Formats: sequence, structure tokens, C-alpha cells
Amino acid sequence: MALLEIENLSVEFPTQGGIMRAVDGVSLTLEKGEVLGVVGESGSGKSVTMLALMGLVPFPGRVTADKLSFNGRDLLTISDKERRKLTGKDVAMIFQEPTTSLNPCFTIGFQLTETLRLHEGMDRKTARRRAIELLEQVGIPSPEGRLSSFPHQMSGGMNQRVMIAMAIACNPKLLIADEPTTALDVTIQAQILDLLVTLQKERNMALVMITHDMGVIAETAKRIMVMYAGQVMEERAADDLFRSPQHPYTAALLAALPEHSHDGRLATIPGVVPGLYDRPRGCLFSPRCAYATEHSREVRPELRSWAGGQIRCHYPLGDPTREARLNADRPVPAKEIAS
Amino acid sequence: MLRFILTRVSLVIPTFLGITMLAFFLIRLVPGDPIETLAGERGIDPQRLEQLRIEFGFDKPIIVQYGIYLARVLQGDLGKSMITQESVLTEFTALFPATIELAFCAIIFALALGLPAGMLAAIKRNSIFDHGVMGVSLAGYSMPIFWWGLILILLFSVQFDLTPVSGRIDVLYYIEPTTGFLLIDTLLSDEEGAFWSAVRHLILPTIVLGTVPLAVIARMTRSAMLEVLGEDYIRTAKAKGLSQFRIIALHALRNALIPVVTVIGLQVGVLFTGAILTETIFSWPGVGKWLIDAIFRRDYPVLQGGALLLGVVVMAVNLLVDLTYGLINPRIRHNR
Repeated sequence: MALLEIENLSVEFPTQGGIMRAVDGVSLTLEKGEVLGVVGESGSGKSVTMLALMGLVPFPGRVTADKLSFNGRDLLTISDKERRKLTGKDVAMIFQEPTTSLNPCFTIGFQLTETLRLHEGMDRKTARRRAIELLEQVGIPSPEGRLSSFPHQMSGGMNQRVMIAMAIACNPKLLIADEPTTALDVTIQAQILDLLVTLQKERNMALVMITHDMGVIAETAKRIMVMYAGQVMEERAADDLFRSPQHPYTAALLAALPEHSHDGRLATIPGVVPGLYDRPRGCLFSPRCAYATEHSREVRPELRSWAGGQIRCHYPLGDPTREARLNADRPVPAKEIAS
Repeated sequence: MLRFILTRVSLVIPTFLGITMLAFFLIRLVPGDPIETLAGERGIDPQRLEQLRIEFGFDKPIIVQYGIYLARVLQGDLGKSMITQESVLTEFTALFPATIELAFCAIIFALALGLPAGMLAAIKRNSIFDHGVMGVSLAGYSMPIFWWGLILILLFSVQFDLTPVSGRIDVLYYIEPTTGFLLIDTLLSDEEGAFWSAVRHLILPTIVLGTVPLAVIARMTRSAMLEVLGEDYIRTAKAKGLSQFRIIALHALRNALIPVVTVIGLQVGVLFTGAILTETIFSWPGVGKWLIDAIFRRDYPVLQGGALLLGVVVMAVNLLVDLTYGLINPRIRHNR
């Protein structure tokens, strides 16, 4: 049985201009101890997907799904109280901004032991001892003295370590890291990533790493899910995806990496992610896609199994019939009509 | 810590001088000579008037008068009331407990209702409850105190006969002032029913005086709470699986209290202003009523001394608020 099963998950936010779909039909399975990378531009719905799983979608967001189960428990029908027993214990999450994610009014020690006392029922002394151990494990020097520190007295990197310590306190089966290194210095980034990977291996916990940095994900994830405008575009094993991307969007993302630039200029994807008002009828990427056809602009592709993973595209790059179908679906160029 | 207190106290000096000046010159701008007022409608013999003016020092240039006054104040002498010939300080200390008792009850009333109302309004934002609380508090904030007091008296005292109209306690009781606070003194005395009489007398003045602070605190708590509830650390608290109650009452409230505490400090000044009106409406024997009487009698020393003493109390409370600030907000504590 898979640890996490998500089928057709959608998250909608009613706005004054209509309903905004932040997450649109996401399906995903995650095995125990697996590391999944979720990539996408800002606003692609990667964070909201995971917040939905945690039950943390901010008001007035609405979550719908065909299936949302964690460790055999159906998260759609679970009571709030039961769910609170899971969150923070079996599923934990760390966030982008470590310093604002910790409460400025309470000490590190208080915030760390709070989780232990709640979920593990530890008394003050045991929780304190365990907190020191945890801080040690995440590489915080002189952990005992740090217990009485406040978040503002520590650096961003140290605070992120505290957040990680808090998240792993109850040995979660799944840890979600939402852009854990975005707000940190480059040197610290590597340390935090190493720490996450080490902890993941030691504890054999599943790890979902959300990021918009392909480099970060290449080093950590075994499997990658690429999201765009709230939809899963492609999802496959990491090596495979880097070697031969199947979705034009993935290919464009990879081409935009600095190390892939040839003439000293960075490749970019023209255009922006569609918003509330300019959501295309067909494929959501079609306005920015180099291969878009009349067909892909009109008909939205479904998420389907492809080359050992999933894809949402009419013309996957590795499809042998691709060229022929592209030519057939492409309208006659405007020039020829004129002549 | 000590340095912080010393800096704060040194900042008080200009404020202190400012109050002495305002109190001194403003009352002299009010038409009416204190001695002529004292003499009443029958008038006074011009020779005697001149003599008295010299006696009170009113013949000297006004700047010189201020200098003499300030020199005396700095030596701790606030002067004597022109009417009662009693020392201003003695009168003030005798009356101040009544004002404190009323102001204290009013702020407790405002906090006890304002904090939960503001919190609930924030949690149930845009609900009927939220709109109701905000509407009512806007009305409360805009209400003239004297009108509100009279309406309450008409309704509860006259119409329903539930509460006494005025005073601090029934005339039946004689309570020996030990602390000056009637709620405590009545408990200490063995007069039966005196305590309840004191409580009953406090109800309406407390509501009247507490209405404005209540409205301010409710609105402030709501907006502070709304801001805090959107913070990242609240999301973290939820991600930890904490109960809704713990998140609100501990993680959110502690942060939301920071701006609220400042407002409470500022409300103390408003409270004393309100006390002047409230005490007049309810014939409450405190410093507010004493000051109003002093204005009508042009009793310069009482007005100057009273304003100065109240000013000092307000400054002291605000200093205290700044100190408690560090208790709630660790970021301030460590930045000193």
C-alpha cells in the first residue's frame, strides 16, 4: 500500500472575479521512504497542493478530491480532531521563511517541546532532553543553551534547522519541505539540503521537496513532478526526466538552466503563467509552447501514463508518431493562405 | 534595564514642564478673577481686592508668577486651595482613590469584554457577529459620555430602579477610610451589605467610563488578531497539529497583545478625562469632580496641582506599560 495516494485533487479560491483554481486535478502516489521533487514556477500550485494534504489551505479555499489517503487513512472524511493527531506527528511540514515561521514570542525550547508534549505525551523533563537531542541531530551547536533563545536571536539557517528539528520530532512518515532553502544564503542552502537528505535516509521517511530550483531537486529527488498553472504536466523518475524530458514545458525549464546556456545568454520561456482571466481552453501551456497546434489550443490534454510516469501533453517529445501528428494538426501557415 | 528606565524617566522632564505651563497659563486665559469669583455677587471693596491680589501674588507679572509657582512645585509644594485653604496634595490624595477605583473597574470591564469580543470578531471575520461588534463599538466610541451616562441613569435607575442614581455608597453606611478604596474598605468593615451597596453604586459609572476604552480595545484586538492570524507562525502552529483553542489563546493572542497593550496605556489618559465627566454625572467624589468644581471657582492652585498630578500618573502608567511590553515582546527585551 502506498503511503500517500492523491487522485484528482483540486483547490479553488472564490475571488471577486470568479473562482480561481490554484490546484487542478492533481494525482500522485508516494511510497514509504520515497523522495519526490515538485517543481514549477511561482503560482503553479505546488505549495497549495501540499497545504491541502496538510489541511492547511487558508480560508476561503475549497479542497475537493476523488481520493486523498495517507497511510491508509482517508483524509477527506477524517474528523478535525483525528486529523490534528496526524499533522505534526506523521506528516510534518517545513516552510520557506524559517524566521517568520517560528513564533517570535516563544523560545525555541518552548516551540520544540510543545510538539513533543502534544503528540508523544512527554513530561517537561523528558521533552526537554529529547529537544536537546533533536537540536543536536540537526546540527545546532550548544543545543542546551539554544533552548532559551528566541527566533530573532538566531540566523535564518539556524531557524530552519529548528524548524526541521520540530518537524522530525515525532518521527513523521512524511516530511514536506516547501522551498526550504529559498530564503537562505547559497552556502547555507547546501547544508540544509544535506541535512534533509541525511535525515531522510536515517529515518527512511518519505520526503516531498517543493522548489522552483531544478538544481536543488536534481541533487535530492528520485522522482520529479513538474507542475504548471495548478496542473501536473509531467511526473517521472529524476534521471529519466533530466536525460530525456517528455513534456515541452519540462524541456523548456531544463533549457533555461544557466549551465545549459551556450552563447552566454539565458534561455527563457516567453510569456507568463495564465491567470484567472486568461486561462486557455485547451492545454494550459499552449500559449507559451513552441509546438502548440490548433488541436492543443482547443482540447485540454488529460493526465495519462507515459514512459514510466505521467504526462499531460498531446505530443510527448519521445513519441515516435509525434512529428506526423504535429504536421497533421498544425494549421496551414498564414502565408500560404494569402498567396 | 536600569539604563532603559533612566532614559525613560529623563524623557518625562520636558513633558512635566509642559504640563505645568499648560495648566498654569490656560486657566489664566479663562475670563473671571478668582478673588471676584470668591466674593460672589455682592462684590468686593476695591481696596480689599487689591490687598488680596497682592496676598495671592496676582499683582506680579505673569512670567514671574509662573517662575514662583514652578520653584515651589520643584520643592514639592503644590500650594493650597484658595477656597478650602487645604493643601492641594492632601485633597488630591484623599479623593484620588475614588477615581482610581472607578478607573480600574472601568478598564477591567473594558478588557474583560473588549479582548474576547475583538478576538471572536477576528476569528469569525465578516460574520454577523463581527459586523455587530464593530458596529456597536463604533457607536460606543462616538457616544458622548455625559449623554450615555444620563441615558443609563434614566433607564436603569429611574425606569427599572435597578441601580442607584449617584454616589459611592448608601448613606446608611459609614465606612472608615482605611485604604480609600471602598470595595476593600467595606469588606474590612463589619457593616453588613455595605460591600454590595458599593458594588451597585459602581456598576453604571463603570459602564459609562469603560465604554470608550471598551470600543477601542475591541477594535484594536480585532485588527491585531486578524493580522497575526495571517502570519507564517500561525500556519506552523496548525502544521504542528495544535488545537484551535491553543493556537488562538496562546500563539496568536500573545502576539496580538503587543499593540493592544500600547493602546491600553494610551487609554489611561482618556480614562481620566472621561472620569471628570463621569464623576460629575454620578456625583462620584473623586478628583474629576474636584477639578470641575475648581474650574467654576477659578481655584488656580487646585487646577494646576490636579492637572500636574494626573499628568504624572498618566506618565507613570505609560512607563509601566512600556516596561510590561518587554514581558510580552521578547524582541524588545533583548534589543536594549
